[in-house]
Amino acid sequence: MRATSHLFKDNVAKALADADLQTALYRVDKNFTARRTAAVTALPEFEALRDDAVRIKDHTLAYLDLYLETFERNVTAQGGQVHWAETPDDARRIILDLCQAAGARTVTKGKSMIAEEVALNPFLEANGITPVETDLGEYIIQLADEPPSHIIGPAIHKTKEQVSDLFHEHHRQFGKTQRLTEGGDLVAEAREILRPRYLAADVGITGANFLIAETGTSVIVTNEGNGDLTQQLPKTHIVVASLEKVVPTLEDASTILRVLARSATGQQMSVYTTFSTGPRRPGDPDGPDAYHVVLLDNGRSKLLGSDFQDILRCIRCGACFNHCPVYASIGGHAYGWVYSGPMGAVLTPAMIGIEASHHLPSATPFCGRCEAVCPMRIPLPKMMRHWREQAFDKKLDTVRQRWALKVWAWFAKRPRLYRRITRLAVRYLAWRGRPRGRMSDLPLTDGWTASRDMPAPQGSTFMDQWQTGRRP
Amino acid sequence: MTAGPRVGLFVTCVADLFRPTVGFAAVKLLEDAGCRVEVPEAQTCCGQPAYNSGDRRDALAIARGVIAAFEGFDYVVAPSGSCAGMIKKHYPGLFAGDPDMADAAQDLAARTWELTAFLIDVMHIGALDARYEGRVAYHDSCSSLRELGVRSQPRELLSLVDGVTVVDLSDPEVCCGFGGTFAAKYGEVSGAIVHKKAAQVVATGADTVVAADLGCLLNIAGKLKRDGSPIKVRHVAEVLAGMTDVPPIGEA
Repeated sequence: MRATSHLFKDNVAKALADADLQTALYRVDKNFTARRTAAVTALPEFEALRDDAVRIKDHTLAYLDLYLETFERNVTAQGGQVHWAETPDDARRIILDLCQAAGARTVTKGKSMIAEEVALNPFLEANGITPVETDLGEYIIQLADEPPSHIIGPAIHKTKEQVSDLFHEHHRQFGKTQRLTEGGDLVAEAREILRPRYLAADVGITGANFLIAETGTSVIVTNEGNGDLTQQLPKTHIVVASLEKVVPTLEDASTILRVLARSATGQQMSVYTTFSTGPRRPGDPDGPDAYHVVLLDNGRSKLLGSDFQDILRCIRCGACFNHCPVYASIGGHAYGWVYSGPMGAVLTPAMIGIEASHHLPSATPFCGRCEAVCPMRIPLPKMMRHWREQAFDKKLDTVRQRWALKVWAWFAKRPRLYRRITRLAVRYLAWRGRPRGRMSDLPLTDGWTASRDMPAPQGSTFMDQWQTGRRP
Repeated sequence: MTAGPRVGLFVTCVADLFRPTVGFAAVKLLEDAGCRVEVPEAQTCCGQPAYNSGDRRDALAIARGVIAAFEGFDYVVAPSGSCAGMIKKHYPGLFAGDPDMADAAQDLAARTWELTAFLIDVMHIGALDARYEGRVAYHDSCSSLRELGVRSQPRELLSLVDGVTVVDLSDPEVCCGFGGTFAAKYGEVSGAIVHKKAAQVVATGADTVVAADLGCLLNIAGKLKRDGSPIKVRHVAEVLAGMTDVPPIGEA
C-alpha cells in the first residue's frame, strides 16, 4: 500500500470525525482488554512464561542465521523449498513465479500481515491471478478495498451495519439479494460464498505464526479454520513469512503459543493451531503436492544489533493495540501504513523511513501500557523514544516545536535566569486566567486549548515563595 | 528532637510554576512525618520534555544539574510519579555509557521517591492531621502506576483523611492523554483520550478527583472545566496535608 503516515495529522482528524469508526473502536476497547486480563489472571505462571518466551526469542535472534539455515535444511529434507526474499519486490516476484508455475488462476489466502507488507493482492491481480481472502476480517476488507486496521482483527474498524452493506452489495452476484443484519447470518453467508472457492483455488497462501527450525515446520493459529482449508486443499501451499518468525524447537513454539492467544484474544489457545511440515507424503490422506516458504527480510536483518532489535521479538498478538489509548481513539488506518498501533509505531519507521513516519513514534503519551501487556516484554516506548531522537537529529519536527524546546531547555539549564523568566510568565498567565482560574485560549497552545481549558497558575512560583520564607 | 532523614524536595517544574500549594503540601507532609526538608535552589525541571522529544543532549545537561543539586540528601522526594520516574528509571539509562556519571545517576535513582510511596514505604505514616469532606476519585498516573508500581499508597493515605470516601475510576489503568508535549503536539488525539477519562470521572459520582501528578491534573481539570463540570480537581498532597482552602485546579 502507499504509505500515508506523513499525513498522520490529517488522518487523525478524519478518524476522529468518523462516527462509524468511533462506534467500532468503542467495542474493541471494551472487549479485548477484559478478556486478556481474565486469561492472564487465570494462569499463575503467565509471568514466568513471558520470561521464557523472551529468552527463546532473544536466543533465536542472537543465532538467527544458524536457525534460518537449519530451518531451510529441514524444509528441504521434508520435500519443501525455501525461497529467500530480501525485498517486498523479491517476495512478490517469487510468489508470482510459483503461482504461474502451478498454472494458478485463483489463489486462496489465509490471513498474513507479510502478504499485506509486500502488497501481494494488487500485484497478483495485475498479473491475472485472483486472490481470495478467506479470513473473515480479511475477506471483509478485501470487499471494501481497504488495508487492515489491526494485526489480528483486520476489519475491526467496520461496524456490523457496514459489513451488512458490503455483503449486500458484493454477494448479489451470487444470487444473495436479501440484506442480512445478524452477525451469525453474515458469517454463514460468507462461509457459503467462500466454500467453493477453496475447492477451486490452485494455490493456497498462508502466513506463519512460527517457523520451527528443528523440524522445518510452519505453524498458523486461526479461529475460523480457514487457514487449514487454504493450505490443505490446493495443490500448492505457499507460506509467506518474515525471518524473525523462526524458533529453534517445537517446545519453544508451544511455550510462546501459551502466551500468544491469551495476550491476543484472551483465549487459552486459538481454536486451530496447525503445523505444516512439507508437502503430502505417500499415504497422507490430504495435503498439498508442493510446499514453499518465502522468507522475507525487508530490512529486519538491519535491525539486529540496533536500538530496535527487540521489536523482532514481536509475535503479532495485538495486545499493544488493544491497550493503547491512541489506537483506541484513531484506529489503525490513521497510522497510514500496514502496521499500526504501538508495534507499528516502532516497526513502520524501520520499513518506510523515519522521514515519512516520524509522527507515529511521536504521537503517544508514553503511557507504557503497551510494554506492560506485551507478552514478549518489548520496550515499545523506549524504542519510540529512539525514533524521536532520530527525528530530532534530522529536524523533522516543526520549526516552532524545535524553537520552543530549545528556548525552554536553554533556560532550564540556567536556574537563575529560569527563575526570572518563569516569575514573569507565571504572573502574566495568572493575570490572563482571571477571574476564572483558567484560560480558554492561549497563544501557541491551540493544540491544548482546542479541546480543553488551561488551568491558570496560582500567581507566584513556589521557589519565589520558598526563598522569601513565605509559607501558607 | 530526633533528627529525621534529610530530604531534598524536587518541587517539579509544573508545581513550581502552576501550583505552589502542592510544593508546600509536600513540605508539610514530609515535615509532619519527621523529615528535615530542604529545597535545593539549583533545580528547574527533570529534563523530561527534552528527553521525550528526542533531544538527548539537553536532557543530559539538565539531568546533570539535578544530580548535582541533590547530592548528599538521604532522600529526594517529588510530588509526581512522572518526575520521580524520570529520575529513578531513566537517569541511569541516560548515563549508562558515561563512567563519570553512571554511579551518581544510579545513586540518585536509588534515593529518589514519589511522595505518596515515600510517606508509606519509607516513613510508614499511620495517621494524618487532615479533614476533607467528599467523595474522592483517585486517578492513577501512568508513571506512578507502571514505572514506579505505586497503586496502594495514595489510596492508603487518603483513607487516613477524615471525611474522605475514596472511589476508583472504571478504567484506572488507562492514560488520561496528557503525555507532556504530546498534549500540545497531538492535541486532537490527547483531547479524545481525556474526553473519555473525564467521562469516567463524572461516572464515579465523585465531587473531587485527585492524582499524584499535576500533568494529569491540568489535563483533567482543563477538560472538566471546559465542559462546565463542578467536580473539583486537586493534587492528592493538598488533601493529605489539609491544604484545601485555596481554589481547586482551574478555578478561582
